Amino acid sequence: MTAVAELMDYADVIERFDPVLGLEVHVELNTNTKMFCGCENEFGGEPNTKVCPTCLGLPGALPALNGKAVEGAIRIGLALNCEIAEWCRFARKNYFYPDMPKNFQTSQYDEPIAFNGYLDVTLDDGEVVRVEIERAHMEEDTGKSLHVGGATGRIHGAEHSLLDYNRAGVPLIEIVTKPIEGTGERAPEVARAYVSALRDLLRALDVSDVRMDQGSLRCDANVSLMAKDATEFGTRTETKNVNSLRSVERAVRYEMTRQAAILAEGGTIKQETRHFQEADGTTSSGRTKETAEDYRYFPEPDLVPIAPSREWVEQLRGTLPEMPSERRKRIQTEWSLSDEALRDLLNVGAVDLVAATVEAGASPDDARGWWVNTLAQEANAREVELAELAITPAQVAEVIGLVTSGELTNKLAKEVVQGVLAGEGEPREVVEKRGLKVVSDDSALLAAIDEALAAQPDVADKIRGGKVAAAGAIVGAVMKATKGQADAKRVRELIIERVGS
Amino acid sequence: MPNISRDEVAHLAKLARLAVTDDEIDVFAGQLDQILDSVAKVSEVAADDVPPTSHAVPLTNVFRQDVVVPGLTQQQALAGAPAAEDGRFRVPRILGEEQ
Amino acid sequence: MTELIKLTAAELAGKIHSREVSAVEVTQAHLDRIAEVDDHIHAFLHVDTEGALAAAKAVDEGIADGKAPASPLAGVPLALKDVLTTEGVPTTCGSKTLEGWIPPYDATVTRKLREAGVVILGKTNMDEFAMGSSTENSAYGPTHNPWDHARIPGGSGGGSSASIAAFEAAIAIGTDTGGSIRQPGSVTGTVGVKPTYGGVSRYGLVAFSSSLDQAGPCARTVLDAALLHEVIAGYDPRDSTSIDAPVPPVVAAARQGANGDLKGVKVGVVKEFGGDGYQPGVLRSFQAAVEQLRALGAEVVEVSCPHFVYALPAYYLIAPSECSSNLARFDAMRYGLRVADDGTHSAEEVMSLTREKGFGAEVKRRIMLGTYALSSGYYDAYYGSAQKVRTLITRDFDAAFEQVDVLVSPTTPTTAFKIGERVDDPMAMYLADLCTIPSNLAGNAAMSVPSGLSDEDGLPVGLQIMAPALADDRLYRVGAAYEAARDAAAGGALIHKVPELGGTK
Ligand SMILES: [Mg+2]
Ligand SMILES: [Zn+2]
Repeated sequence: MTAVAELMDYADVIERFDPVLGLEVHVELNTNTKMFCGCENEFGGEPNTKVCPTCLGLPGALPALNGKAVEGAIRIGLALNCEIAEWCRFARKNYFYPDMPKNFQTSQYDEPIAFNGYLDVTLDDGEVVRVEIERAHMEEDTGKSLHVGGATGRIHGAEHSLLDYNRAGVPLIEIVTKPIEGTGERAPEVARAYVSALRDLLRALDVSDVRMDQGSLRCDANVSLMAKDATEFGTRTETKNVNSLRSVERAVRYEMTRQAAILAEGGTIKQETRHFQEADGTTSSGRTKETAEDYRYFPEPDLVPIAPSREWVEQLRGTLPEMPSERRKRIQTEWSLSDEALRDLLNVGAVDLVAATVEAGASPDDARGWWVNTLAQEANAREVELAELAITPAQVAEVIGLVTSGELTNKLAKEVVQGVLAGEGEPREVVEKRGLKVVSDDSALLAAIDEALAAQPDVADKIRGGKVAAAGAIVGAVMKATKGQADAKRVRELIIERVGS
Repeated sequence: MPNISRDEVAHLAKLARLAVTDDEIDVFAGQLDQILDSVAKVSEVAADDVPPTSHAVPLTNVFRQDVVVPGLTQQQALAGAPAAEDGRFRVPRILGEEQ
Repeated sequence: MTELIKLTAAELAGKIHSREVSAVEVTQAHLDRIAEVDDHIHAFLHVDTEGALAAAKAVDEGIADGKAPASPLAGVPLALKDVLTTEGVPTTCGSKTLEGWIPPYDATVTRKLREAGVVILGKTNMDEFAMGSSTENSAYGPTHNPWDHARIPGGSGGGSSASIAAFEAAIAIGTDTGGSIRQPGSVTGTVGVKPTYGGVSRYGLVAFSSSLDQAGPCARTVLDAALLHEVIAGYDPRDSTSIDAPVPPVVAAARQGANGDLKGVKVGVVKEFGGDGYQPGVLRSFQAAVEQLRALGAEVVEVSCPHFVYALPAYYLIAPSECSSNLARFDAMRYGLRVADDGTHSAEEVMSLTREKGFGAEVKRRIMLGTYALSSGYYDAYYGSAQKVRTLITRDFDAAFEQVDVLVSPTTPTTAFKIGERVDDPMAMYLADLCTIPSNLAGNAAMSVPSGLSDEDGLPVGLQIMAPALADDRLYRVGAAYEAARDAAAGGALIHKVPELGGTK
């Protein structure tokens, strides 16, 4: 293993260099079947049980293109503001690797199905950066190798490897940006925000599970630095294995500081693949690309060209959902949100949830309040995504309704939510089971007040003497006696009445 | 045009994953040279305005329905494998990395 | 029994379907013939005795139950080129790489044959992965030409053509990438047809050059070829390049042609195929065939296809390029041969060592050539230019078919050469496919039909007939008319002049 890399202080990096980014994102489509065969496209399962002659690359087997995958590719292209090719082909990308059954990847080369687009990306402070899209093309995924012996699962030191081709042939869309320049110190943030925005977009399109942890969304980050006075791009590295949004940001930042340190010493950057280490946030050297790989691309003779009619393309354009960025703008207006409020909403990933809660009858303010505050804390405590909490927007709306109608206090409502999250049933069931109804019956309250006053005669005297503030002690006692189920305001009114009468 | 060197033949063999012998390199260098010399003739008529033909039939947009079709069982898949372990194809240790 | 093996497929089917003989008897007669002569011919790499007899028995039972035969060829024994996958039966493609490989699936052609009740006797010898014109590139030794055992049976489908010329099978399946059905047909005195590209499914045909490969029928008569053509042809959604259109009416065309009238048919003689490099006896046979066509009423004109001379160089760029990619899957990881897996070698080394050991010289040569032609920096000059030539050849065909209904030429410039004669000279070997390649590049249909024996060496010569894409029926009409006239003039079918094989060594 090489020594720990020298790193330059980030502020110095920015002072001396301009970073240039290029992001390649691979998205697995959520079609029923694989790209070129009728095998099931589903994550996991017993090894080599979702395979056939085609995706195993058996001699004689041929590909047959999944029309739904082409549709997904075109919809992604349209959502990324791309042009859709009038005519394009698949090509074979030839290289040997054991997890690739045919030893060529059926991909697209100089004729991608979608090209020349852009995605507007909003940063945390609301600044919008336009990321230009070079192309989005169709290809197929590889199988998975398991390395046995040596360090667990690692390629180095392994004694042998085991191959599972369930994933081989799963439809992939590769989305490639044009070089992203001029982002300066915000480059790492832009990288993360781009992948995040892309993920939202793909989720809205419902074309992929976009699970970075399961590999259905994967990002390779190309990073290079230009000295402030340079006119040409520097040599880039390509960091692979970046499996979370946070990692995207860390990987870019790390590469910037690493490359800057080398360049400042008069060194040169090796054009190479690097691997991101989740554990310490560093990248390590992989395969050196001394010369450009010679993939010997040529048009795939087993598949005929694709010529999407303009009618079809327009029909697919009609199926596009509201884009996340437009939706955000609309919601901000409709819900009268400040920029800060919108950002909070976005940061916790609550837009969809709040919208659904509003849909279910709650006011935008109440819905936002519950999701951004109470429920975001619950999600944090449980270390899950907000959307993964065991409560639905409809249930949240119901709880809000119970508060509005006075049936629950806010404090009780939080308890109801706890109950729902704990799986105790629908909000009303929790209210019943836990006996959380607000005590609104005055006679029950009066009994508790009389008891409290009798227990603290001196306080009653003080109130009678005009020290109304002293009533607080009695309110507290009553609330304690009713286990918080009373409306404190009403209790205070009743105490004053009682003492005065 | 071509005059293939031993190095070039060795490079091609590497790309094609053929562990060729030294003798073969010599033989191939001579034969490839001869063949390439004679096939280079195609460039005589390959004018810029001639479109290339990649497919013998002028078909486009041949798509399959996105419907699951039964494939092979794990046993069938592994039946021809030189070695298998735990339902997977067993192969020697892999040195290189994914592309 | 002897008379059974000498019958045509159509005659055999007639006797089987009328219960004059059983399919089992017919199959057994052919199995006996294989046992008797295949030591000399070596047409088969694998004989599936049990499978063949079981298939024949099923046909007999169906007929005994009063069911209609599954097809006009139900019960007829066939030899299948070992490049088409057969579930449960070894498929080697003539390569050590696939020795012992038993596919878990049937090729579409195989499935159609089984469904038609055709009895598959076994798998036939071929040049390794169909690369060659002599069957000498088989890893399992050469096949011998039944007309002269010292000579090649053509290639790559020499096993299929030899098996029918030696009466080991009534019909056979070949595959034709640059002439591998027609050239073996020519040198063994049999009929071979390359259907229109896309006419027969390639699913399960182990690919040599995907944009050129096409499976087709081999037979002793034009009618038998047509009957087999109809069994194997048709749209297959598993092959994206398969044509979704009705199969041309080839059987009807063969029957029409046999009436012997070619009035109103315009035949074009390809000017570029003749002269230097052509064996004089082949040219004389060809001239006689052209005269025969004229005598049948056809109008014969000379047609120039100026780019056909670029077909051979274009082919030797396109086919090797595609094969370098198609054969990459033979890497010792999932199936087939694996060597040097001794714990000291990496997967990458095992791949290279296995491929080095498993492939023969011609396969390696073509992989290297294709790897070169596709390399960055060379692609435009080689592969790209070859694809442009392909366009020019297609245009030549289009222009020619504006003027004529079919084109004719000799199938191959010479008769069968001696085994070993061209093995050290790849360029000389490649010339065997000079006349057959244009139809592969353009994708149209073509046939070779015997045109007699060359007067200087007494070996068979083939007449090539070429028709436009999807007009395969024209081949059969012209071929059948010519065959009937030639046989009548010669006093019998050419194939019966093949030397007796029984017992000779
Ligand atoms: Mg890719
Ligand atoms: Zn599959």
